[in-house]
Parts: sequence; structure tokens; C-alpha cells
Amino acid sequence: MDVLQLQRKLREHQAAMIREGFLDDQFSQLQKLQDESSPDFVIEVVKMFFDDSENLLNNMTRALGQVPVDFKQVDAHVHQYKGSSASVGAARVKNVCATFRNFCEAQNLEGCVRCLQQLQHEYSLLKNNLQYLFRLQEEIQAAGGSIPTIE
Amino acid sequence: MWFKAPESCNCIEPQLPADELLVKYQYISDFFIALAYFSIPLELIYFVKKSAVFPYRWVLVQFGAFIVLCGATHLINLWTFTIHTRTVAMVMTAAKVLTAVVSCITALMLVHIIPDLLSVKTRELFLKNKAAELDREMGLIRTQEETGRHVRMLTHEIRSTLDRHTILKTTLIELGRTLALEECALWMPTRTGLELQLAYTLRQQNPVGYTVPIHLPVINQVFSSNRAVKISPNCPVARLRPHTGKYMPGEVVAVRVPLLNLSNFQIYDWPEVSTRSYALMVLMLPSDSARQWHVHELELVEVVADQVAVALSHAAILEESMRARNMLMEQNVALDLARREAETAIHARNDFLAVMNHEMRTPMHAIIALSSLLQETELTAEQRLMVETILKSSNLLATLINDVLDLSQLEDGSLQLETTTFSLHAVFREVLSLIKPVASVKKLSLTLHLASDLPAYAVGDDKRLMQTILNVVGNAVKFSKEGSISISAVVAKPDSFKDARIPEFHPVPSDSHFYLRVQVKDSGSGINPQDIPKLFTKFAQSQAVTTKGPAGSGLGLAICRRFVNLMEGHIWIESEGIGKGCTVTFIVRLGIPDRSNESKLAFAPKVLGNHVTTNFGGLKVLVMDDNGVNRSVTKGLLLHLGCDVTTAGSSEECLRIISPEHRMVFMDVCTGLDGYELAIRIQEKFKKRQDRPLIVALTGNTNKVTKENCMRVGMDGLILKPVSVDKMRGVLSELLEHRVLFEAI
Repeated sequence: MDVLQLQRKLREHQAAMIREGFLDDQFSQLQKLQDESSPDFVIEVVKMFFDDSENLLNNMTRALGQVPVDFKQVDAHVHQYKGSSASVGAARVKNVCATFRNFCEAQNLEGCVRCLQQLQHEYSLLKNNLQYLFRLQEEIQAAGGSIPTIE
Repeated sequence: MWFKAPESCNCIEPQLPADELLVKYQYISDFFIALAYFSIPLELIYFVKKSAVFPYRWVLVQFGAFIVLCGATHLINLWTFTIHTRTVAMVMTAAKVLTAVVSCITALMLVHIIPDLLSVKTRELFLKNKAAELDREMGLIRTQEETGRHVRMLTHEIRSTLDRHTILKTTLIELGRTLALEECALWMPTRTGLELQLAYTLRQQNPVGYTVPIHLPVINQVFSSNRAVKISPNCPVARLRPHTGKYMPGEVVAVRVPLLNLSNFQIYDWPEVSTRSYALMVLMLPSDSARQWHVHELELVEVVADQVAVALSHAAILEESMRARNMLMEQNVALDLARREAETAIHARNDFLAVMNHEMRTPMHAIIALSSLLQETELTAEQRLMVETILKSSNLLATLINDVLDLSQLEDGSLQLETTTFSLHAVFREVLSLIKPVASVKKLSLTLHLASDLPAYAVGDDKRLMQTILNVVGNAVKFSKEGSISISAVVAKPDSFKDARIPEFHPVPSDSHFYLRVQVKDSGSGINPQDIPKLFTKFAQSQAVTTKGPAGSGLGLAICRRFVNLMEGHIWIESEGIGKGCTVTFIVRLGIPDRSNESKLAFAPKVLGNHVTTNFGGLKVLVMDDNGVNRSVTKGLLLHLGCDVTTAGSSEECLRIISPEHRMVFMDVCTGLDGYELAIRIQEKFKKRQDRPLIVALTGNTNKVTKENCMRVGMDGLILKPVSVDKMRGVLSELLEHRVLFEAI
């Protein structure tokens, strides 16, 4: 596949992700920060986000598995996750976190468990999509092209 | 014939020649008399000795002597019937003389003694009478005591229960038992008070509901006295059973039982007689028994009747208080339920509003945004028309939604005005720029006149002020088909307040506040003066307008008025009539910013101006965030803008790293109180304000409390996440220039 096609694919994929709500404006802001001095800024931040996500999701699962459930603890984790996801522009994850927090406040265990499942689902979707995005970027760079920025 | 001795014997001859028979009888009688006379004293002595009490022994002795001597006399007399010697005669004479003496003495004695003896007799009679009387009284007392005992027992039985039914039943049973009655009945007044109904009887199990009218003479008679009254067994209240006896039915007595109400008792008075109602108790003695009502029995009945009255009133009071308590409890439960329902309703409404607030606005904005975007693309004329209509309708809908949501917030008083320092001129200019296009389409001329003494900056809610002015001017434009619209803004002087139009408005000017007076005059269709009061009511539409002009949502002016009121002001409309245009004036109270406030200007990211540095050339900043991802993002942002960024992952690390070289510290305050604590510690670390770095909070919390807390701990700024590159650029510029920046929340 040639560079142009790859670039087009990348553009479409990014547009689709924004359209579907996986990413929002914040992600574009992050991309703007990427320059010569920090060429892998976005990838680094996203990798950090993935690690953080896995950590937090594990913590949340453990916290919800305890008896009795410490909702404040769960809420703290969700709050953290919401912050991180907002920073990278993971819009859907952030929204689910918001709902999750409401359930924590209401101490609704069933709702919390559902939200956790949803979070894990959204996270895996996002991860797959971003990993695909990064792969495309790598291929473009390997082929000698430049990564198109989103306007 | 006796042979007489010769005159040699010294004898005395009896005087008379004795008849033989007569002499014989005299002889015998004398003998017996002597015998009796001798035996009487003996008997007397014997019996006196027997009885211990005899006060007159001396009399007895005298009497005895008298009798003995009499007896002796008669005895000696026996010898005188025949010839007897002189000696005998002398003895006889002596005896007689002695007897005479003693008899006289005795006779004299008796004159004293007999009255005494008689009086003894009288006293004896008197004492016997007294004894009889005492006996009678004893009998009476015993009877009374027994009655008292019965009453006590009855009272005890009656008062041992607080149940009305039991009280009455027990009364009848006990009375029946004590007085051995045949039948006992209680008649209670009916609700109407005009009849007496048979409530309880002793013998019959379930009395059928007999009633008698209450104003029978016999009943009146009983009710008018508090005593038990004997009544005829044939009167209606007494004829309870078929007459079974052969002879007379037993005597019947009736007594009234006062039914006391709570209201009868006044604290220091006894209950009045006039307001009472009575029940009737009828008691029947067994028929064919010839028993009669005794006084003590009647008294017993009266006492019992009174006791029953008291017991009944106690029971009634208790019933009343129980009922009141139950009612109160029910009311309490109902009130609680109502309160909870109301709370639930309020919660539901608040939730609804909160949700609708977001949920309704988002799609609306999406529709409006996309429709405007669509407008920019290539469209056929038909499509363009359709899109324009969509846009217009959605704008209208958005306004309506906003109005409704605003008004409901205004209504329940939850709306609070913001306080920011803003430029008055800017507000008016913005209104003008928004309205100008519409006005020029309608060929209306728009003029703005701002007084020269108007302060450049004011403290208040600029958004709502603008909304108000916009609404008023918008209305002026909407309802004018031609002509001109003039807007004027002046500082209201105290004497202008004495307007007759606004009598209740008493503004108090002070050094820190001023009153802004805005007047919008239009030469449009005008308003009928009669309709003016209705204009400010929600949803009311003036008839003259709807014929041709566009329809308003009807809420605009109501909302304006609320805003103006919240700003401690007043708004009113004047119009000379239809077709003569109208003038809307409002006065609001705004604060005058002092020097220190001026630096904390409301930050509008759009208004950047020309003095924004694009590269901050190694500006040393410190970023504190415990979330790794956020930290990296903020760091990347600041790096991109050319800052020299150090990061800290915790408060302790931050305090360790911080130095006077750092010009700014960006700290995340999403997580609890750590951020505030850190701010205080940083301020403590650096004595002089000039030395220390500016402390800026980064938060995603759009919460007034957060902002207040930041200000309270002495932070220099607050920025809302998410932060774009441009925003961060503006923030850094602002901070460097003014050293303070609190983003409007």
C-alpha cells in the first residue's frame, strides 16, 4: 500500500474515531503538542494511559469484589480514570466514568458493576482503535510519509 | 262461865263482856296480824340482804321496828281478852306507847322518803327511754354504714374501669345485686337530644331500641331534682317488661345521671347546671314483694348516680384524648408522607431540570450548529429555504428551552447572580452588534447613547444584564415595523427616584454601588396602556400583537423582570397607545469596582488582544498532579509553549522541588483537599509575595465552591480543564501580565 492510501486510511480512521465519539477535541490538542522536540508525545501519553487504565480497572474490579463494597474507594478510582481519560480525549470512556460516579454516589452496586463492564468494553475498543491508528502511523513513517494532522 | 277468884287477885277485867264468837275472831285475827307483822320485817331483811343496792337501810330498820312493835302490840293484845294481870296490862301499855312513838317517827320519815323513791322511779323511766332512743340511733348508724359500704363497693366497681360500656353495665349489675332489684335500666339521650333511648338493662341481654320523648312530665320531674324520685310503674320509662306478677308491680324509682362534657368544667367554677344533659336510671323493686324504698336506699341510689356521672366523664375524656391522639398520629403520618412526597417531587423536578438542562440543550445545539454548517454548503434554493426554516425554528426552540429552564430556576429562587467585574461599554457594544443585523433588515435605525459619567467597569452579572438588555431591545425591534430605536444608559440620580411610577422603590445609593438606568425607546406599534400590567406575566400574549407581528414566547419580559428584581432594581413600560411606540426603562444596582478588583477581570478567552506572547522562553513552571497521564499532558502542553517544566507527583515532592525560580505552579485540585493544603504550605514557605511562584489550580470541577475555596486559600488563579493550547497560551499571558486569573465558572 502506498503512502497516500495509508494517509487516507489514517485520516478516515481518525475522523471515524472522532465521529463515533471515541476521541474528542482534546486528542487533537495532544497531537498539536507533538513536534520535533517530542516526536512521540502522543504515543507516550497514550501508552501511559493504557497502563494507568489497566491498573485502575483492576483496582476497581477488586474494590467491587470486596464485601462490603467501599464505594468511596471505587469512586476515587473512577475519578482518577475520568481525569486521565479527559486528558487524553477518550470521550466515551470519560462519559462512562461520569455515569459510574453517579452509581457510586448512589451506592448502587448493580449499576457500578454494569458500568465497570461497560468501561472495560469501551477501554478495549479504544485500545484496539488507537493501536490500529499507531500502526498506521508507523507504516506511514516507515514508508517515508508524514503523519497528517487532524484539523 | 269462869269461876272467878275472889277479890284477892290483882286482875283487870275486860271492860266489855265479850261475846264468845266475836272474841274468838278477834283473837284469831290478832294472832295472824302479829304473825304477819313479825314476818314482814324478816322478809324485808332477807331480800335486802339479797340485793346489794338499797340505799335506805336506816328507813328499813325504822320500818322494821315499827312493824315489830305493831306486831308485838297485837300479840300482847291476845292476853287481854281474858283476865290478865296488871303486869300484862303494863307491858301492853308500854308496847302501845312505843309503837305510837315509832309510828309517828316513821310517818314523819316517810314524808321525806317517798318523793325520793318516786323520783327514782322517774329517772328509771327516763333512762329506759334514752336507752330505746340510742338503740334506734344505733340501728340507723349501722344502716348508714352499710349503705356507705355498698356505695364504696359500687364506686370501686364502677371506677375500676375506664370503658364507658363496662361502667354502665357494672353499675346496673351492682345496684341490682345490692338492692335486690327486679330490673334496672338506663336511658341515654339520643344525638338529637329530643329522645331518650334505652341503652342498658340488667336482665335483658340486648335491649331493643325503645325510645321515649324527652319532654314527658315525669322525666322532667326527675331531671329537675338531684334526688331519686319515686315514679309510677306504669309510666313509659318503667314499662320495660310485661307484667308477670299477680299483684302489684314493685315500686319504681328514677334518678338522673348527669352527663358531663369537657366544656362543663371551668377551672375555678363548678359546672353549670344549664348546659347539662342527663341520662335516666330507672330501678324497680321486685313485684309482689311488698318491699318499699327506704330512705337509705334512695340515698344510695343518688350517690351512685353521681359517681357514675364522674366515671362516665372520665371515660369520655379518656376516649376524647385517645381519639385526638390517634387523629394526630394519623395526621402526622399523613403529613410525613406528604412531606416525603413533596421532597420526592422536588428531587424529581430538580433531577429532571438537571437532566433536561443538559439533555435538551445538547441536541438543540447540535441541530443549530449542524444546520448553520449546512447553510454554508452548496444548496438549491428550495433546500436553502428548508434549512433556513429549520434554523429559525430550532433557534426559537432553543430560546424557549433556555427561557423555560431559566424561569424555573428563577422561580424557585435557586438562581444566583454572578458577580464579576466587566466593562459596561463592552456589554452595550455587544448588544448593538447582535441586534444591528436584524434592525438593518427591517430598516430600523439603532442609536446608542452612553452617558459620560457612566463608570467604565461595573461589578455584577454581565451575562444576565446583557440578556435583559438584549431582550428589551429585541422586543423593541420585533414589534417595530419602521422608525428608530434609541438606547440610552445613564447613572440614575437620587432625585430621579422620586418617580410616581415606582412608588415602592426606595433605592439607597452608596459609595460602592451605583444605579444604572437604561431606557429603550421605539417608535413601533405601541401598546394599549391597559395591557401594560399583563406584559410581565408569563405566557400572556397581547392580542394586538399576534395579528401580524411575530409571536414571542411570552416569557422574555417575565424573565427580564426577575433578573432586574434580583439586581435590586425595577423595570417598567410606558406607552401612549397603539401606534405611538413605547418606552421600556429599567434601573439596576451595580457595584463599583475598586482598584484591587480591577485586576481580577473576567477572563474571556476570545478576547485575546495583541499582546500575547507565543513563546514563553524558558518560563520555569512546576506541575503538580498525582495522575501520571494528566501530568504528562499538562507538561507536554507547557513544553510546547516553550516553558521549562518540572513535574511533581505529590504534595511532598512539590514542596521539596519548589524554588523561587519557579514562576508558576500548576496544581490539580480534583483530588480532595491536598491541593489547598499545598497552596497554604507554599505560601508559608515563601515569606514575601513577590518571591513566591503564582499558584494556579487546574480543575475539571465547574463548581462555585471549588472557586471559592481556591480564592480562600490564597491561590492566584483557577483554570478549568480541558485546556487547549490556545487557552494555555492566553492563560500564561494573562498570568504574567496581571498575576491573577480566575476563570469564570
